[in-house]
Amino acid sequence: MNYVERLEKVAVLGAAGKMGSGIVLLTAMEMADLSLDPGNRSRDFALYAVDISEPALTGLLRYLRDQVRRAAEKKTVGLRGVYASRADLVENEEVIRQYVEDVLAIVRPTTRLEAAYGAGLVFEATNENPDLKIKLLGQIHDHSQKDAWFLTNTSSIPIHEIDGKAGLGGRLIGFHFYNPPAVQKLVEVIRAKSTLPELADFALQYAKKLRKVVVPSNDVAGFIGNGHFMRDALHGISEVERLAPEFGFVDAVYMVNKVSQDFLIRPMGIFQLVDYVGLDICQCILKVMSDRSVGSGLQNSLLDRLIAAGVRGGQFADGSQKDGFLKYEKGRPAGIYDPEAKAYVPFTEVGPRCDERLGPLPASGRPWKSVIQAADRAGTLQGYFRDLRTMTTLGADLAGRYGRKAKEIGLGLVKDGVAQKEEDVNTVMLTGFYHAYGPINAYFDD
Amino acid sequence: MKKNRRNVYMAAGYHTVSLGTGRKEFNPRRARPGLEEYIQEAGRAVLAQIGGGKNVDEGVIGNFMAARFNRQGHLAALIPSIDPELRWKPCTRVECACASGGVALTSAIKSVRAGTAEVVLTIGVEVQNTVKAIYGADILAGAGWYRGERKAGHAYFFPALFSARAGAYFEKFGRDKARRAFARWYRNAVENARLCETAQEFHNTCPDLEAVGLAEPNPRSFVDHLNIFDCSKVSDAAAAIAVMSEEGLERCGISKNEAVEVVGWGQVEADLTVPPADPTELETTRRAVQKALDAAGVKLDQIGTVECHDCFTISGILSVEAIGFAGHGEGPDYVLEGKTSRKGDAPFNTSGGLIGWGHPTGGTGVRQAVTVWQQLTGKADGWQVKISRQRPYGLSVNMGGNDKTVVAIVYKKAGRKRKAKP
Repeated sequence: MNYVERLEKVAVLGAAGKMGSGIVLLTAMEMADLSLDPGNRSRDFALYAVDISEPALTGLLRYLRDQVRRAAEKKTVGLRGVYASRADLVENEEVIRQYVEDVLAIVRPTTRLEAAYGAGLVFEATNENPDLKIKLLGQIHDHSQKDAWFLTNTSSIPIHEIDGKAGLGGRLIGFHFYNPPAVQKLVEVIRAKSTLPELADFALQYAKKLRKVVVPSNDVAGFIGNGHFMRDALHGISEVERLAPEFGFVDAVYMVNKVSQDFLIRPMGIFQLVDYVGLDICQCILKVMSDRSVGSGLQNSLLDRLIAAGVRGGQFADGSQKDGFLKYEKGRPAGIYDPEAKAYVPFTEVGPRCDERLGPLPASGRPWKSVIQAADRAGTLQGYFRDLRTMTTLGADLAGRYGRKAKEIGLGLVKDGVAQKEEDVNTVMLTGFYHAYGPINAYFDD
Repeated sequence: MKKNRRNVYMAAGYHTVSLGTGRKEFNPRRARPGLEEYIQEAGRAVLAQIGGGKNVDEGVIGNFMAARFNRQGHLAALIPSIDPELRWKPCTRVECACASGGVALTSAIKSVRAGTAEVVLTIGVEVQNTVKAIYGADILAGAGWYRGERKAGHAYFFPALFSARAGAYFEKFGRDKARRAFARWYRNAVENARLCETAQEFHNTCPDLEAVGLAEPNPRSFVDHLNIFDCSKVSDAAAAIAVMSEEGLERCGISKNEAVEVVGWGQVEADLTVPPADPTELETTRRAVQKALDAAGVKLDQIGTVECHDCFTISGILSVEAIGFAGHGEGPDYVLEGKTSRKGDAPFNTSGGLIGWGHPTGGTGVRQAVTVWQQLTGKADGWQVKISRQRPYGLSVNMGGNDKTVVAIVYKKAGRKRKAKP
């Protein structure tokens, strides 16, 4: 089977989930683009969007309709050429509407796993649960009519482990999108020793067609992305635990979150990011990593306690943020969870006193968004961090500690053989987490 | 053209803010004023200067595509919503694509000249931010020939037509200098707009405009020979002015010092179904300007300020040539030598023009008249240029579609006293 034949019948498992829906979107558009090539007119492209939840599949179709329309609006210049022979499609609006219909016609939502038996390519984006993944992929492999290849979106489970236990014989590769897949440029590709070379070639070609940045990660639990993020988050939690006796838990969360966003010039504070990913998902990933002994200190009792209290984060079906460490109003953090009172304390109550304790940003401080748009980003950051280093405030001290820790984590990933080189770690954080600079830098060196 | 039987004046002009991307208060997700509010704001501001609706005999409104942008036709009947005293008076809506405003002015001028009105409230309006740019491009493409051109046309139909003109110009006269002239045009436009608080680019703080203007075009997502800075933006705005006879001025208590006189005008139509004979020339613009200058008996070296139709930077350069300030192929030199800037002898587009101030398509012609009136009567606040005795005339050129409808008007300050020659 060549590239087009592989993509003629595709199944996505967990299709209505946060990652799955993005994968369906990107894959269905790639399939539609292939189907519109006159040479492929005789082929029937189908994407089986498999999910256990029927309501979620309804939501998936709504999401797709909206997202495909947006994508089509951005590529109308090319689409007019694609539909040039269609005399009935004259205006942009008509071309865009037709493209949305053509993409949606490829997507076949279903709750039946059996649909995947007819696929030449299976994309797995189910819960981060090794046993579930192994069971599903093994079952499809046993019944596959097309000797399917498997791409897994796991962000932490070693590929060789799933391949071996599901008996896939090398028909599996890690293809880890970042959230949301339609926006984040990064794909971490994890090739196990057993992975078929043709499958690895296919994965690269597919990533290239999707115009993603590919970073190869070695097959170690957590890979590069979560290898960094989890330890970075644990550092944030340990800073809270260090500061809490003096300032109280709520104030400590506020301060560490603020330092990790404003002082470090990141798109979100660390606790907002944990909430975005979901506390329970972070717990799952940490367990996967910890069980496979890829490092020490990968368990955290605070996270466990919060989850037990029902504080989970993650998103509602409409994409809006659920409360976690922080409370959200109109998508913006507005309060902090107090585990003793089991209630959220508003930012307005803690913000002023915490901001005063942290001290001001250097005058050269700029928000993340303005820094990533700056013409001379390196120079901007250099100047800012130089100014920050001269300050002796609590904020500057916490930022320095955080920055040095992030670098130590990054270097550790290379030393432990998770990343092949330092640049890969930085690329993952830049393109998967949208950081303005990679963690391996000289900004925080003494 | 026959000599004016009655003198025609314009006074009491006004324009709203040009709202769209670039303005700090613009948020595409927030509710914004609609057609009615723009028409009423501009209309009421004129009435306040001329003693109210009772002094108006007639209303004309220029608009291009409200039927699609706003799902609203029958704009003439919105004129009485400006003031109850406008009810029961004749009102007309005119449409000539982006020259709708200019044609609204000539309709008003004709009515005054014919003696059917002494005071005509003339309005131009367009509210375009109701749809995303990619759909707006469909709507604006209506200024081209739908059956003959649209299907084979580009997603960004009009930018592509003028990109093709730019490409032809590059081929004939060289790319490098022309592109540098485009970037200079952009810089002049934004620098002028920064002086005029209603301009869409008033808040622009870019430190190096020419570097931005030189960005390489991206044919994958836009067009071959133009970048987005070469294009006027999507704008919501209205402008209005009173077109009056001598009797009208008296009725409204407007002194001639506060008015401009229309000393000549030209209105020219080309065939929508025929492509331009030479894409490196704006032939219709050339003809309309010549007509207006001839009617006025005015030479170019007497023109002290120009409002030209720079819907794209290339249109600005081609306008300089079509008006006659520079020879064919010499527009870029003229611009690069600074002659169109506010320091030149005849400054162009002193409040930013279509690229800097904004381009509410059907409203632009009236906005241009308001700007010329402001300059010649000394009402141009921070963007005032010096109007010398040797160059007392103003010129506005309003173009519809791909150089299909063009209205050119020559103005002079009505109250200017001529000193007797020694």
